[in-house]
Amino acid sequence: MSEQSAKFGTPAKVPAWVNLALIPFVNLMAAFFISGIVIFIVGDNPFQALEVLVYGAFGYADAIGYTLYYTTNFIFTGLAVAIAFHCGLFNIGAEGQALMSGLGVGLAALYLDFLPFWLVIPIAIFAAALFGAFWAAVPGYLQAKRGSHIVITTIMFNFIAASIMTYMLVEILIAPGGQSPESREFEAVTWLPFFHDFLPIPETPLNISFIFALLLSAAFYYFVWHTRWGYEIRVVGQNETAAKYAGISPAKNIVLAMFISGALAGFVGVNEVLGVHHRLILDFTGGFGFVGIAVALMGRNHPVGIFIAALLFGALYQGGSELAFEMKSINREMVIVIQGLIILFSGALEHMFRPKIEAFFKRKSTTQVAEA
Amino acid sequence: MTTESPALELRRVNKWFGPVHANKDISLSVNRGTIHGIIGENGAGKSTLMSIVYGFYQADEGEILINGQTCHIDNPQASIEAGIGMVHQHFMLVDTFTVLENIILGVEGGARLGEGLAKARLELARLEKEYSLEVDVDALVGDLPVGLRQRVEILKALYRGAEILILDEPTGVLTPQEADHLFRILNTLRDQGKTVILITHKLREIMAITDNVSVMRRGEMVAHVGTNETSREHLAELMVGRSVLLQVEKSEAQPGNALMNVVGINFIDADGVKRLKDINLEIKAGEILGIAGVSGNGQSELLEILGGTVTPTSGSILYKGEDITKSDKFNARDLRKIGLGHVPEDRHRAGLVLPFTAHENTILGYHDAAEYNRGTTLDKAAMIETCESHIEKFDIRPPNPNLKASGFSGGNQQKLVLAREMEQNPDVLLVGQPTRGVDIGAIEFIHKQLIQMRDAGKAILMVSVEIEEVMSLSDRIAVMFDGFIVGELDAKDATETKLGLMMAGIQDDADPSSAKNKEVAE
Repeated sequence: MSEQSAKFGTPAKVPAWVNLALIPFVNLMAAFFISGIVIFIVGDNPFQALEVLVYGAFGYADAIGYTLYYTTNFIFTGLAVAIAFHCGLFNIGAEGQALMSGLGVGLAALYLDFLPFWLVIPIAIFAAALFGAFWAAVPGYLQAKRGSHIVITTIMFNFIAASIMTYMLVEILIAPGGQSPESREFEAVTWLPFFHDFLPIPETPLNISFIFALLLSAAFYYFVWHTRWGYEIRVVGQNETAAKYAGISPAKNIVLAMFISGALAGFVGVNEVLGVHHRLILDFTGGFGFVGIAVALMGRNHPVGIFIAALLFGALYQGGSELAFEMKSINREMVIVIQGLIILFSGALEHMFRPKIEAFFKRKSTTQVAEA
Repeated sequence: MTTESPALELRRVNKWFGPVHANKDISLSVNRGTIHGIIGENGAGKSTLMSIVYGFYQADEGEILINGQTCHIDNPQASIEAGIGMVHQHFMLVDTFTVLENIILGVEGGARLGEGLAKARLELARLEKEYSLEVDVDALVGDLPVGLRQRVEILKALYRGAEILILDEPTGVLTPQEADHLFRILNTLRDQGKTVILITHKLREIMAITDNVSVMRRGEMVAHVGTNETSREHLAELMVGRSVLLQVEKSEAQPGNALMNVVGINFIDADGVKRLKDINLEIKAGEILGIAGVSGNGQSELLEILGGTVTPTSGSILYKGEDITKSDKFNARDLRKIGLGHVPEDRHRAGLVLPFTAHENTILGYHDAAEYNRGTTLDKAAMIETCESHIEKFDIRPPNPNLKASGFSGGNQQKLVLAREMEQNPDVLLVGQPTRGVDIGAIEFIHKQLIQMRDAGKAILMVSVEIEEVMSLSDRIAVMFDGFIVGELDAKDATETKLGLMMAGIQDDADPSSAKNKEVAE
């Protein structure tokens, strides 16, 4: 075979940064553009809105703290959805897994608070991961062994988790004499340190869970791309027939990937319950599990991308509440509209601009070859 | 040359896919009432060209003329109206519809089906008589054998008034006898004035049936010749661009002990269909055992079972005398560890993970071997090193261990898989379709490697639907039909006719007249 034949028919390369940065950026801009039109229609200045949004997210120390606190949750759920994606699974249940992890944290913190902090905190974190992992592994097992579709079962498990939490908080864990469905406040020994406890910054909910998020991101990268277990999960996700041919058990890896996924989602419980609220409340998950799907999609299931996407959504959460507060015609719902548009453009319509952009770069790369 | 204008003429047709120039300045002229072959390796641009003629793609430059008239074919509908019919490699039929319903699909002629069906029935009776294309129009397509389904596709095209019939790799799924029958039909069509374009990569068919042949290589038309002015060797050379060895050179086999014994294997699949029926085989060291058969007669299941991916319903497999079916070692991972290599039939579905890089594919199935792991970490350097040695030894191009598997051509992908399995130095090698979708140059290389392995005293079991390949490579041949091994014979005694009859389910010693009856009964 000649040199020419090796080239003939092989697809042209699109530079990596186009895939990783340009296309997500274009999607994001499209979402902002449509959001701008919506804001203009309801009678506000879209540019002013953008300014408020950015200032509200990054403009001052408190804002940054809040933004990073939300970011922490999105990193956890983004990683959770991503590991399942690598195994070819669509985990819609991060929300329910996060909720169950709160129960794990709550039980540990409420009943083991006689232990010293260096024992009770690790136990509570372990309980969070384990509860989340269990809640994901059951649908995983049903998918692997019984063929029950993971999307359906994880959605159902979200509802079951919400019902269990309500029952537990109304009937069992409710604070003695309390009127609302929440537990008593945990003993201070179980609280995770806030950043403002040891850094000279204003008081924000940002706690050391953020450090956990960064460590888990690094561990995620190592596990998925540099261990044989990650390799097996990726083989199963990309080509189940090849996995069977190679002697890799799809069933085992599906359960394993979901177990890890749930454990990662479980860290939302650590951040929220152990880090911020210090009591078990209803609905502390606040939709983080669902937004995690968009985070993973935008972040291309890679920890670096997930961090950036999580930061974006963290900024939207924080800047968005500022926006709702500052601008007269924009309320909380309008902020959700903007988030929805971003999810729409970077998730559902992810590939809308791709063919055009790729064609542009492919043509460019061939002319370069031709010139050279 | 006749004075009348050609049935189909292409003038300087160009087609790009992004930067890929799939068809370069193609000119082609097909005379009415001829069978015109278009031959070329996989990826030479044959299918693209025909898709342009059929309106699936539009040419970026160039003209299509039908009967001397410029035609704008921008969708298949326009192509059908221009009198072009296409029989695809993979049939476009609805299994749960009858033949009649399939044929009128899309040309029902009005809201009420009754009238259309009645009209079609009459018209079909005429067509069947005219072209001797017998088929039961009320049979469900799903119940028909492959050869007849193809006939339905041809009828479908004729019913739509096709004057030019394009057949894309029509014999891939047929036994030699069925292929011969198809050729008889094509001859009749030609004699009735139809024009037939036959796309294939099989030299035998080109020589057997075409009047003229055009050769494509790397997107270009490199030659137009009259079939009687050329030879197989010449065509092969034109296709590849250099002279190739069509015959495999090999010495006499020196069979040793049986390394693998298959004893009474039965297999019932998830749908309750019995796929394998009492299979007995002996795979000996220093010998290539070829399994011939039309695809879908149990070869795939047999290969999967021997490879340890599927557990047989009953029966046992002895590996070096030890019954492995009963042990917990009976899975693909552990069988590899005791020296069983396995090149699967379908490299895209099973042999490779296409989005993975070449070096990641190099360890597929061997990823937990000590040489690729340092503690918990996969040793990327070791993976790349092994991959590079494979690339060098098997001449894989482009020589880039970081390229995704999907970026290699079919032949090079196959070499990636072969290198992985052969370089582990297995004692028994299972090979499915070693050269499917592989260009002629690479076929030669792969065959040589297999012979070398055999001569090194390894036991090789090869499944192939290419009867020529089975005959030239094997030392012993077993033929499968409907889940049975219908017979086993020495490669020296095998002829194409003999194997063809066995592939159709007829025993070696059965008399030929009953063979014909059986074929018709199907």
